[in-house]
Amino acid sequence: MVKIEHLKISFADKTILKDISLSLKKGENLVILGKSGSGKSVLIKCLVGLIAPTEGSVMLFEKNIFDLGEDDLNLLRKKVGFLFQSAALYDSMTVRENLEFQLRYSKSLSEFEKGELVRSMLASVGLEESMDKMPSELSGGMQKRVGLARTLITSPEIVLYDEPTTGLDPFTSREISKLILEVQKKYNTASIIITHDVECAKSTANRILILKNGAFIAEGSFKELNESTDKEIQPFFNQ
Amino acid sequence: MIRGWRLFFEEITKITRFSLRFFRSVFKLPLDVNELFRQCYSIGYKSFPLVAITGFIMGLVLTIQSRPTLAEFGAESWLPAMVSVSIIREIGPVITALIFAGKVGSGIGAELASMKVTEQIEAMEVSGMNPFKYLVVTRIIATTLMLPILVIAADAIALYGGYMGVNLKANVNIHLFFSSVFDKLCFMDIFPALIKTVFFGFAIGLIGCFKGYHSGKGTQGVGESANYSVVFASLSVFIIDMMAVQITSLFL
Ligand SMILES: Nc1ncnc2c1ncn2[C@@H]1O[C@H](COP(=O)(O)OP(=O)(O)OP(=O)(O)O)[C@@H](O)[C@H]1O
Ligand SMILES: [Mg+2]
Repeated sequence: MVKIEHLKISFADKTILKDISLSLKKGENLVILGKSGSGKSVLIKCLVGLIAPTEGSVMLFEKNIFDLGEDDLNLLRKKVGFLFQSAALYDSMTVRENLEFQLRYSKSLSEFEKGELVRSMLASVGLEESMDKMPSELSGGMQKRVGLARTLITSPEIVLYDEPTTGLDPFTSREISKLILEVQKKYNTASIIITHDVECAKSTANRILILKNGAFIAEGSFKELNESTDKEIQPFFNQ
Repeated sequence: MIRGWRLFFEEITKITRFSLRFFRSVFKLPLDVNELFRQCYSIGYKSFPLVAITGFIMGLVLTIQSRPTLAEFGAESWLPAMVSVSIIREIGPVITALIFAGKVGSGIGAELASMKVTEQIEAMEVSGMNPFKYLVVTRIIATTLMLPILVIAADAIALYGGYMGVNLKANVNIHLFFSSVFDKLCFMDIFPALIKTVFFGFAIGLIGCFKGYHSGKGTQGVGESANYSVVFASLSVFIIDMMAVQITSLFL
Protein backbone atom coordinates (compact mmCIF):
# COMPACT_ATOMS: atom_id res chain seq x y z
CA MET A 1 0.00 0.00 0.00
CA VAL A 2 2.76 2.41 1.00
CA LYS A 3 6.32 2.20 -0.20
CA ILE A 4 9.02 4.75 0.45
CA GLU A 5 12.45 4.39 -1.07
CA HIS A 6 15.62 6.26 -0.15
CA LEU A 7 13.76 9.33 0.90
CA LYS A 8 15.75 12.42 1.74
CA ILE A 9 14.26 15.70 2.88
CA SER A 10 16.17 18.91 3.45
CA PHE A 11 15.02 22.41 4.31
CA ALA A 12 17.46 25.07 3.12
CA ASP A 13 20.74 23.43 4.14
CA LYS A 14 19.37 21.40 7.04
CA THR A 15 18.78 17.73 6.31
CA ILE A 16 15.88 16.38 8.35
CA LEU A 17 15.56 12.89 6.88
CA LYS A 18 18.58 11.18 5.37
CA ASP A 19 17.72 7.83 3.89
CA ILE A 20 14.31 6.50 4.75
CA SER A 21 12.85 3.37 3.25
CA LEU A 22 9.75 1.62 4.45
CA SER A 23 6.85 -0.36 3.18
CA LEU A 24 3.45 -1.00 4.62
CA LYS A 25 1.10 -3.85 3.85
CA LYS A 26 -2.65 -3.87 3.84
CA GLY A 27 -4.09 -4.41 7.30
CA GLU A 28 -0.88 -3.52 9.07
CA ASN A 29 -0.40 -0.97 11.88
CA LEU A 30 3.05 0.55 11.82
CA VAL A 31 4.11 2.69 14.76
CA ILE A 32 6.90 5.21 14.37
CA LEU A 33 8.67 6.37 17.49
CA GLY A 34 11.14 9.23 17.63
CA LYS A 35 12.18 12.19 19.70
CA SER A 36 10.49 15.54 19.29
CA GLY A 37 11.94 17.30 16.27
CA SER A 38 13.27 14.12 14.68
CA GLY A 39 11.16 14.67 11.59
CA LYS A 40 8.19 12.37 12.12
CA SER A 41 5.60 14.92 11.07
CA VAL A 42 7.71 15.89 8.08
CA LEU A 43 7.87 12.23 7.06
CA ILE A 44 4.14 11.62 7.03
CA LYS A 45 3.40 14.96 5.42
CA CYS A 46 5.71 13.89 2.65
CA LEU A 47 3.70 10.69 2.30
CA VAL A 48 0.65 12.65 1.17
CA GLY A 49 2.60 15.09 -0.95
CA LEU A 50 2.40 18.11 1.34
CA ILE A 51 6.18 18.31 1.44
CA ALA A 52 8.26 17.47 -1.59
CA PRO A 53 11.29 15.25 -0.98
CA THR A 54 14.78 16.28 -2.01
CA GLU A 55 15.46 12.75 -3.21
CA GLY A 56 13.69 9.43 -3.30
CA SER A 57 10.20 8.29 -4.12
CA VAL A 58 6.88 7.81 -2.35
CA MET A 59 4.48 5.21 -3.69
CA LEU A 60 0.86 5.01 -2.57
CA PHE A 61 -1.27 2.27 -4.08
CA GLU A 62 1.61 1.46 -6.44
CA LYS A 63 1.70 5.00 -7.82
CA ASN A 64 4.46 7.54 -7.38
CA ILE A 65 2.55 10.46 -5.92
CA PHE A 66 4.98 13.07 -7.19
CA ASP A 67 4.38 11.97 -10.79
CA LEU A 68 0.63 12.40 -10.57
CA GLY A 69 -1.33 15.37 -11.86
CA GLU A 70 -3.48 17.42 -9.53
CA ASP A 71 -6.73 15.56 -10.22
CA ASP A 72 -5.24 12.08 -9.95
CA LEU A 73 -3.49 13.06 -6.75
CA ASN A 74 -6.75 14.33 -5.29
CA LEU A 75 -8.51 11.08 -6.17
CA LEU A 76 -5.78 9.16 -4.46
CA ARG A 77 -5.80 11.42 -1.42
CA LYS A 78 -9.47 10.69 -0.91
CA LYS A 79 -8.47 7.14 -0.05
CA VAL A 80 -5.96 8.33 2.54
CA GLY A 81 -6.90 9.66 5.97
CA PHE A 82 -4.59 12.08 7.71
CA LEU A 83 -4.83 13.16 11.32
CA PHE A 84 -2.86 16.33 11.91
CA GLN A 85 -0.82 16.73 15.06
CA SER A 86 -2.61 20.04 15.59
CA ALA A 87 -6.02 18.57 14.60
CA ALA A 88 -6.31 21.40 12.03
CA LEU A 89 -10.07 21.77 12.33
CA TYR A 90 -11.74 24.30 10.05
CA ASP A 91 -12.36 27.01 12.60
CA SER A 92 -15.08 28.83 10.70
CA MET A 93 -17.28 25.73 10.73
CA THR A 94 -19.05 23.87 13.50
CA VAL A 95 -17.96 20.37 14.47
CA ARG A 96 -20.76 18.90 12.39
CA GLU A 97 -19.81 20.98 9.35
CA ASN A 98 -16.19 19.96 9.78
CA LEU A 99 -17.18 16.35 9.33
CA GLU A 100 -19.75 17.04 6.64
CA PHE A 101 -17.16 18.93 4.66
CA GLN A 102 -15.26 15.71 4.04
CA LEU A 103 -18.39 14.30 2.40
CA ARG A 104 -19.21 17.49 0.56
CA TYR A 105 -18.64 16.21 -2.95
CA SER A 106 -19.55 12.61 -2.35
CA LYS A 107 -22.58 11.74 -4.42
CA SER A 108 -23.12 8.19 -3.19
CA LEU A 109 -24.69 9.31 0.09
CA SER A 110 -27.98 11.10 0.64
CA GLU A 111 -28.17 14.08 2.97
CA PHE A 112 -29.84 11.92 5.59
CA GLU A 113 -27.15 9.25 5.37
CA LYS A 114 -24.46 11.89 5.67
CA GLY A 115 -26.11 13.24 8.81
CA GLU A 116 -26.33 9.80 10.34
CA LEU A 117 -22.72 9.03 9.47
CA VAL A 118 -21.56 12.26 11.09
CA ARG A 119 -23.56 11.46 14.20
CA SER A 120 -22.20 7.95 14.52
CA MET A 121 -18.60 9.04 13.90
CA LEU A 122 -18.87 11.67 16.61
CA ALA A 123 -20.45 9.16 18.95
CA SER A 124 -17.54 6.81 18.43
CA VAL A 125 -15.13 9.48 19.72
CA GLY A 126 -17.56 10.39 22.50
CA LEU A 127 -18.46 13.84 21.27
CA GLU A 128 -22.01 13.53 20.05
CA GLU A 129 -23.22 16.35 22.26
CA SER A 130 -20.59 18.79 20.97
CA MET A 131 -21.91 18.51 17.44
CA ASP A 132 -22.99 22.14 17.07
CA LYS A 133 -20.08 23.74 18.89
CA MET A 134 -17.34 25.68 17.16
CA PRO A 135 -13.82 24.22 17.35
CA SER A 136 -12.68 27.16 19.48
CA GLU A 137 -15.15 26.12 22.16
CA LEU A 138 -13.55 22.69 22.51
CA SER A 139 -10.57 21.65 24.60
CA GLY A 140 -7.38 20.51 22.89
CA GLY A 141 -8.16 16.86 23.47
CA MET A 142 -11.69 17.25 22.17
CA GLN A 143 -10.39 18.94 19.04
CA LYS A 144 -8.04 16.05 18.54
CA ARG A 145 -10.94 13.62 18.78
CA VAL A 146 -13.00 15.62 16.31
CA GLY A 147 -9.97 15.58 14.02
CA LEU A 148 -9.89 11.82 14.35
CA ALA A 149 -13.57 11.50 13.53
CA ARG A 150 -13.07 13.77 10.54
CA THR A 151 -10.16 11.64 9.34
CA LEU A 152 -12.05 8.38 9.61
CA ILE A 153 -15.41 9.46 8.24
CA THR A 154 -14.46 8.74 4.65
CA SER A 155 -13.37 5.17 5.60
CA PRO A 156 -9.90 5.60 4.13
CA GLU A 157 -7.80 2.63 3.09
CA ILE A 158 -4.62 4.11 4.47
CA VAL A 159 -4.67 6.17 7.66
CA LEU A 160 -1.82 8.32 8.89
CA TYR A 161 -2.09 9.36 12.52
CA ASP A 162 0.20 12.10 13.81
CA GLU A 163 0.20 11.62 17.59
CA PRO A 164 -3.43 10.58 18.00
CA THR A 165 -3.31 10.28 21.78
CA THR A 166 -1.01 13.12 22.74
CA GLY A 167 -2.63 15.44 25.23
CA LEU A 168 -5.36 13.00 26.18
CA ASP A 169 -5.92 11.42 29.57
CA PRO A 170 -5.08 7.70 29.93
CA PHE A 171 -8.71 6.73 29.80
CA THR A 172 -9.49 8.57 26.57
CA SER A 173 -6.16 7.45 25.11
CA ARG A 174 -7.21 3.86 25.62
CA GLU A 175 -10.51 4.57 23.89
CA ILE A 176 -8.68 6.09 20.94
CA SER A 177 -6.27 3.18 20.72
CA LYS A 178 -9.24 0.88 20.73
CA LEU A 179 -10.85 2.90 17.97
CA ILE A 180 -7.69 2.69 15.86
CA LEU A 181 -7.69 -1.08 16.27
CA GLU A 182 -11.36 -1.27 15.43
CA VAL A 183 -10.86 0.69 12.24
CA GLN A 184 -8.01 -1.58 11.30
CA LYS A 185 -10.11 -4.70 11.84
CA LYS A 186 -13.26 -3.40 10.26
CA TYR A 187 -11.86 -1.92 7.06
CA ASN A 188 -8.56 -3.78 6.91
CA THR A 189 -6.74 -0.44 6.69
CA ALA A 190 -3.03 0.12 6.62
CA SER A 191 -1.98 2.71 9.20
CA ILE A 192 1.06 4.61 10.23
CA ILE A 193 0.83 5.84 13.80
CA ILE A 194 3.22 8.37 15.19
CA THR A 195 3.19 8.42 18.94
CA HIS A 196 5.11 8.88 22.16
CA ASP A 197 2.53 6.97 24.09
CA VAL A 198 3.88 3.52 24.98
CA GLU A 199 0.44 2.22 25.88
CA CYS A 200 -0.91 3.26 22.50
CA ALA A 201 2.09 1.74 20.73
CA LYS A 202 1.69 -1.45 22.69
CA SER A 203 -1.96 -1.92 21.90
CA THR A 204 -1.96 -0.82 18.27
CA ALA A 205 1.42 -1.77 16.78
CA ASN A 206 2.06 -4.75 14.59
CA ARG A 207 5.50 -3.38 13.91
CA ILE A 208 7.53 -0.49 15.32
CA LEU A 209 10.19 1.67 13.71
CA ILE A 210 12.41 4.05 15.64
CA LEU A 211 13.53 7.22 13.94
CA LYS A 212 16.72 8.93 15.01
CA ASN A 213 19.01 11.42 13.29
CA GLY A 214 17.07 11.15 10.07
CA ALA A 215 17.13 7.38 9.73
CA PHE A 216 15.48 4.32 11.21
CA ILE A 217 17.72 2.75 13.83
CA ALA A 218 15.54 -0.15 14.89
CA GLU A 219 12.65 -2.24 13.72
CA GLY A 220 10.64 -4.94 15.43
CA SER A 221 7.52 -5.90 17.28
CA PHE A 222 6.61 -4.14 20.52
CA LYS A 223 7.80 -7.16 22.51
CA GLU A 224 11.17 -7.36 20.80
CA LEU A 225 11.97 -3.69 21.19
CA ASN A 226 10.59 -3.51 24.70
CA GLU A 227 12.96 -6.25 25.82
CA SER A 228 15.91 -4.75 23.99
CA THR A 229 18.83 -3.60 26.09
CA ASP A 230 20.09 -1.21 23.45
CA LYS A 231 20.73 2.25 24.95
CA GLU A 232 19.21 3.93 21.91
CA ILE A 233 15.99 2.01 22.15
CA GLN A 234 15.31 1.65 25.85
CA PRO A 235 14.46 5.29 26.63
CA PHE A 236 11.37 5.06 24.43
CA PHE A 237 9.92 2.24 26.49
CA ASN A 238 10.90 2.99 30.08
CA GLN A 239 8.62 5.81 30.91
CA MET B 1 18.69 47.51 -4.46
CA ILE B 2 19.16 44.77 -7.04
CA ARG B 3 17.83 42.31 -4.50
CA GLY B 4 14.76 44.46 -4.08
CA TRP B 5 14.04 44.44 -7.80
CA ARG B 6 14.59 40.72 -7.97
CA LEU B 7 12.10 40.14 -5.17
CA PHE B 8 9.69 42.44 -6.93
CA PHE B 9 9.88 40.52 -10.20
CA GLU B 10 9.69 37.19 -8.40
CA GLU B 11 6.52 38.38 -6.72
CA ILE B 12 5.08 39.48 -10.06
CA THR B 13 5.90 36.08 -11.55
CA LYS B 14 4.25 34.29 -8.65
CA ILE B 15 1.10 36.35 -8.78
CA THR B 16 0.87 35.86 -12.54
CA ARG B 17 1.14 32.13 -12.06
CA PHE B 18 -1.47 32.35 -9.32
CA SER B 19 -3.90 34.15 -11.61
CA LEU B 20 -3.27 31.67 -14.44
CA ARG B 21 -4.10 28.92 -12.00
CA PHE B 22 -7.29 30.79 -11.20
CA PHE B 23 -8.30 30.94 -14.85
CA ARG B 24 -7.49 27.28 -15.32
CA SER B 25 -9.61 26.30 -12.30
CA VAL B 26 -12.50 28.61 -12.93
CA PHE B 27 -13.53 26.87 -16.13
CA LYS B 28 -13.11 23.42 -14.67
CA LEU B 29 -16.51 22.41 -13.36
CA PRO B 30 -18.07 21.85 -10.94
CA LEU B 31 -17.95 25.17 -9.20
CA ASP B 32 -19.02 25.15 -5.57
CA VAL B 33 -22.12 27.30 -6.02
CA ASN B 34 -23.20 27.23 -2.37
CA GLU B 35 -19.86 28.51 -1.23
CA LEU B 36 -19.90 31.13 -3.98
CA PHE B 37 -23.24 32.47 -2.74
CA ARG B 38 -21.99 32.47 0.81
CA GLN B 39 -18.93 34.47 -0.22
CA CYS B 40 -21.01 36.91 -2.28
CA TYR B 41 -23.18 37.46 0.76
CA SER B 42 -20.34 38.00 3.17
CA ILE B 43 -18.22 40.01 0.75
CA GLY B 44 -20.92 42.02 -0.96
CA TYR B 45 -23.90 42.40 1.28
CA LYS B 46 -21.92 42.96 4.43
CA SER B 47 -19.87 45.72 2.82
CA PHE B 48 -22.98 47.57 1.76
CA PRO B 49 -23.50 49.78 4.86
CA LEU B 50 -19.92 51.00 4.78
CA VAL B 51 -20.06 51.68 1.07
CA ALA B 52 -23.42 53.43 1.44
CA ILE B 53 -22.17 55.78 4.13
CA THR B 54 -19.01 56.70 2.24
CA GLY B 55 -21.03 57.17 -0.93
CA PHE B 56 -23.42 59.55 0.72
CA ILE B 57 -20.67 61.62 2.32
CA MET B 58 -18.73 61.65 -0.93
CA GLY B 59 -21.63 63.15 -2.85
CA LEU B 60 -22.51 65.64 -0.15
CA VAL B 61 -18.99 66.89 0.43
CA LEU B 62 -18.09 67.08 -3.23
CA THR B 63 -21.14 69.26 -3.87
CA ILE B 64 -20.44 71.56 -0.98
CA GLN B 65 -16.80 71.93 -1.99
CA SER B 66 -17.53 72.56 -5.66
CA ARG B 67 -20.19 75.18 -5.16
CA PRO B 68 -17.94 78.20 -4.40
CA THR B 69 -15.77 77.62 -7.48
CA LEU B 70 -18.75 77.28 -9.77
CA ALA B 71 -20.45 80.23 -8.10
CA GLU B 72 -17.46 82.39 -8.98
CA PHE B 73 -18.17 81.78 -12.61
CA GLY B 74 -21.88 82.13 -12.08
CA ALA B 75 -22.33 78.53 -13.12
CA GLU B 76 -24.14 77.15 -10.11
CA SER B 77 -26.71 75.53 -12.34
CA TRP B 78 -23.91 73.25 -13.54
CA LEU B 79 -23.42 71.86 -10.07
CA PRO B 80 -25.52 68.68 -10.46
CA ALA B 81 -23.95 67.80 -13.79
CA MET B 82 -20.41 68.42 -12.63
CA VAL B 83 -20.81 66.49 -9.41
CA SER B 84 -22.45 63.55 -11.12
CA VAL B 85 -19.81 63.30 -13.82
CA SER B 86 -16.99 63.32 -11.28
CA ILE B 87 -18.71 60.77 -9.12
CA ILE B 88 -19.63 58.35 -11.83
CA ARG B 89 -16.50 58.55 -13.88
CA GLU B 90 -13.91 58.61 -11.19
CA ILE B 91 -14.60 59.19 -7.55
CA GLY B 92 -17.35 56.63 -7.04
CA PRO B 93 -15.46 53.66 -8.48
CA VAL B 94 -12.10 54.55 -6.98
CA ILE B 95 -13.21 55.46 -3.45
CA THR B 96 -15.54 52.48 -3.25
CA ALA B 97 -12.79 50.19 -4.50
CA LEU B 98 -10.38 51.57 -1.91
CA ILE B 99 -12.88 51.06 0.89
CA PHE B 100 -13.55 47.59 -0.47
CA ALA B 101 -9.83 46.82 -0.58
CA GLY B 102 -9.52 47.92 3.02
CA LYS B 103 -12.42 45.88 4.26
CA VAL B 104 -12.57 42.84 2.04
CA GLY B 105 -8.97 42.60 0.80
CA SER B 106 -7.54 42.56 4.29
CA GLY B 107 -10.27 40.21 5.46
CA ILE B 108 -9.51 37.67 2.76
CA GLY B 109 -5.78 38.03 3.30
CA ALA B 110 -6.05 37.48 7.05
CA GLU B 111 -8.58 34.67 6.82
CA LEU B 112 -6.67 32.60 4.29
CA ALA B 113 -3.37 33.30 6.02
CA SER B 114 -4.65 32.06 9.34
CA MET B 115 -6.06 28.98 7.66
CA LYS B 116 -2.67 28.41 6.12
CA VAL B 117 -0.85 28.88 9.39
CA THR B 118 -3.11 26.51 11.33
CA GLU B 119 -2.74 23.82 8.64
CA GLN B 120 -6.39 24.06 7.61
CA ILE B 121 -5.48 24.51 3.96
CA GLU B 122 -3.21 21.47 4.15
CA ALA B 123 -6.04 19.56 5.79
CA MET B 124 -8.27 20.35 2.82
CA GLU B 125 -5.51 19.37 0.46
CA VAL B 126 -4.99 15.96 2.02
CA SER B 127 -8.67 15.24 1.89
CA GLY B 128 -8.46 15.70 -1.86
CA MET B 129 -10.69 18.76 -1.68
CA ASN B 130 -8.84 21.21 -3.90
CA PRO B 131 -8.72 24.16 -1.48
CA PHE B 132 -7.69 26.45 -4.32
CA LYS B 133 -11.02 25.97 -5.94
CA TYR B 134 -13.03 26.04 -2.76
CA LEU B 135 -11.31 28.98 -1.10
CA VAL B 136 -9.65 31.04 -3.80
CA VAL B 137 -11.80 30.69 -6.88
CA THR B 138 -15.05 31.42 -5.04
CA ARG B 139 -13.59 34.49 -3.34
CA ILE B 140 -12.13 35.98 -6.50
CA ILE B 141 -15.38 35.47 -8.40
CA ALA B 142 -17.29 37.00 -5.50
CA THR B 143 -15.16 40.15 -5.36
CA THR B 144 -15.28 40.49 -9.15
CA LEU B 145 -19.05 40.29 -9.20
CA MET B 146 -19.80 42.24 -6.05
CA LEU B 147 -17.63 45.33 -6.46
CA PRO B 148 -19.41 46.59 -9.62
CA ILE B 149 -22.75 46.18 -7.86
CA LEU B 150 -21.49 48.02 -4.81
CA VAL B 151 -20.14 50.80 -7.02
CA ILE B 152 -23.51 51.23 -8.72
CA ALA B 153 -25.15 51.45 -5.32
CA ALA B 154 -22.51 53.86 -4.06
CA ASP B 155 -22.92 56.05 -7.15
CA ALA B 156 -26.67 56.21 -6.67
CA ILE B 157 -26.36 57.08 -3.01
CA ALA B 158 -23.64 59.61 -3.76
CA LEU B 159 -25.94 61.32 -6.27
CA TYR B 160 -28.57 61.51 -3.58
CA GLY B 161 -25.93 63.00 -1.29
CA GLY B 162 -25.23 65.50 -4.04
CA TYR B 163 -28.88 66.38 -4.18
CA MET B 164 -28.88 67.05 -0.45
CA GLY B 165 -25.75 69.15 -0.88
CA VAL B 166 -27.34 71.25 -3.59
CA ASN B 167 -30.36 71.81 -1.39
CA LEU B 168 -28.35 73.20 1.48
CA LYS B 169 -28.04 76.54 -0.27
CA ALA B 170 -30.70 76.38 -2.94
CA ASN B 171 -34.07 74.86 -3.42
CA VAL B 172 -34.00 72.35 -6.23
CA ASN B 173 -36.59 69.66 -6.46
CA ILE B 174 -35.47 66.10 -6.94
CA HIS B 175 -36.85 65.73 -10.47
CA LEU B 176 -35.06 68.79 -11.64
CA PHE B 177 -31.84 67.63 -10.00
CA PHE B 178 -31.86 64.21 -11.57
CA SER B 179 -32.98 65.44 -14.96
CA SER B 180 -30.08 67.86 -15.08
CA VAL B 181 -27.80 65.02 -13.98
CA PHE B 182 -28.93 62.62 -16.70
CA ASP B 183 -28.94 65.32 -19.34
CA LYS B 184 -25.21 65.59 -19.06
CA LEU B 185 -24.33 61.94 -18.47
CA CYS B 186 -23.68 59.82 -21.50
CA PHE B 187 -22.90 56.20 -22.19
CA MET B 188 -19.18 56.88 -22.31
CA ASP B 189 -19.33 58.21 -18.76
CA ILE B 190 -20.99 55.18 -17.31
CA PHE B 191 -19.80 52.19 -19.27
CA PRO B 192 -15.99 52.46 -19.00
CA ALA B 193 -16.34 53.32 -15.33
CA LEU B 194 -18.27 50.13 -14.73
CA ILE B 195 -15.87 48.00 -16.72
CA LYS B 196 -12.95 49.14 -14.68
CA THR B 197 -14.67 48.22 -11.44
CA VAL B 198 -14.75 44.63 -12.65
CA PHE B 199 -10.97 44.77 -12.89
CA PHE B 200 -10.70 46.48 -9.51
CA GLY B 201 -12.77 43.71 -7.94
CA PHE B 202 -10.70 41.02 -9.60
CA ALA B 203 -7.42 42.62 -8.52
CA ILE B 204 -8.55 43.04 -4.92
CA GLY B 205 -9.72 39.43 -4.66
CA LEU B 206 -6.65 38.11 -6.43
CA ILE B 207 -4.18 39.97 -4.26
CA GLY B 208 -5.97 39.17 -1.01
CA CYS B 209 -6.12 35.47 -1.89
CA PHE B 210 -2.54 35.40 -3.15
CA LYS B 211 -1.15 37.03 -0.05
CA GLY B 212 -3.21 34.83 2.24
CA TYR B 213 -2.63 31.58 0.40
CA HIS B 214 1.12 32.12 0.34
CA SER B 215 1.36 33.49 3.82
CA GLY B 216 4.52 33.10 5.87
CA LYS B 217 4.69 31.14 9.07
CA GLY B 218 3.15 32.16 12.36
CA THR B 219 1.07 35.03 13.60
CA GLN B 220 3.43 37.49 12.01
CA GLY B 221 2.68 35.93 8.64
CA VAL B 222 -1.05 36.55 9.16
CA GLY B 223 -0.45 40.20 10.03
CA GLU B 224 1.80 40.73 7.06
CA SER B 225 -0.65 39.07 4.69
CA ALA B 226 -3.50 41.27 5.85
CA ASN B 227 -1.33 44.33 5.65
CA TYR B 228 0.17 43.68 2.22
CA SER B 229 -3.23 42.71 0.85
CA VAL B 230 -4.58 46.17 1.56
CA VAL B 231 -1.47 48.01 0.43
CA PHE B 232 -1.04 46.18 -2.86
CA ALA B 233 -4.75 46.00 -3.59
CA SER B 234 -5.10 49.76 -3.12
CA LEU B 235 -2.04 50.39 -5.23
CA SER B 236 -3.35 48.15 -7.97
CA VAL B 237 -6.65 50.05 -7.95
CA PHE B 238 -4.77 53.25 -8.79
CA ILE B 239 -2.66 51.56 -11.44
CA ILE B 240 -5.65 49.96 -13.14
CA ASP B 241 -7.48 53.28 -12.93
CA MET B 242 -4.63 55.05 -14.66
CA MET B 243 -4.57 52.49 -17.44
CA ALA B 244 -8.34 52.59 -17.79
CA VAL B 245 -8.29 56.36 -18.20
CA GLN B 246 -5.63 56.10 -20.89
CA ILE B 247 -7.57 53.46 -22.76
CA THR B 248 -10.93 55.26 -22.62
CA SER B 249 -9.34 58.50 -23.77
CA LEU B 250 -8.31 56.71 -26.96
CA PHE B 251 -11.97 56.26 -27.81
CA LEU B 252 -13.11 59.77 -27.04
N1 LIG C 1 8.52 23.87 6.70
C1 LIG C 1 9.68 23.71 7.37
N2 LIG C 1 10.74 24.48 7.07
C2 LIG C 1 11.90 24.32 7.72
N3 LIG C 1 12.12 23.41 8.68
C3 LIG C 1 11.11 22.62 9.03
C4 LIG C 1 9.82 22.72 8.40
N4 LIG C 1 9.00 21.81 8.95
C5 LIG C 1 9.72 21.17 9.89
N5 LIG C 1 11.00 21.65 9.94
C6 LIG C 1 12.06 21.15 10.82
O1 LIG C 1 12.06 19.76 10.72
C7 LIG C 1 12.38 19.17 11.96
C8 LIG C 1 11.40 18.06 12.26
O2 LIG C 1 10.10 18.59 12.45
P1 LIG C 1 8.85 17.65 12.75
O3 LIG C 1 7.69 18.54 12.88
O4 LIG C 1 8.80 16.58 11.74
O5 LIG C 1 9.22 17.02 14.16
P2 LIG C 1 8.45 15.86 14.90
O6 LIG C 1 9.31 14.68 14.86
O7 LIG C 1 7.09 15.73 14.37
O8 LIG C 1 8.41 16.42 16.38
P3 LIG C 1 7.21 16.42 17.43
O9 LIG C 1 7.22 15.10 18.10
O10 LIG C 1 7.58 17.50 18.38
O11 LIG C 1 5.96 16.70 16.68
C9 LIG C 1 12.35 20.29 12.99
O12 LIG C 1 13.69 20.54 13.38
C10 LIG C 1 11.81 21.46 12.26
O13 LIG C 1 12.51 22.61 12.66
MG1 LIG D 1 5.24 16.17 14.92
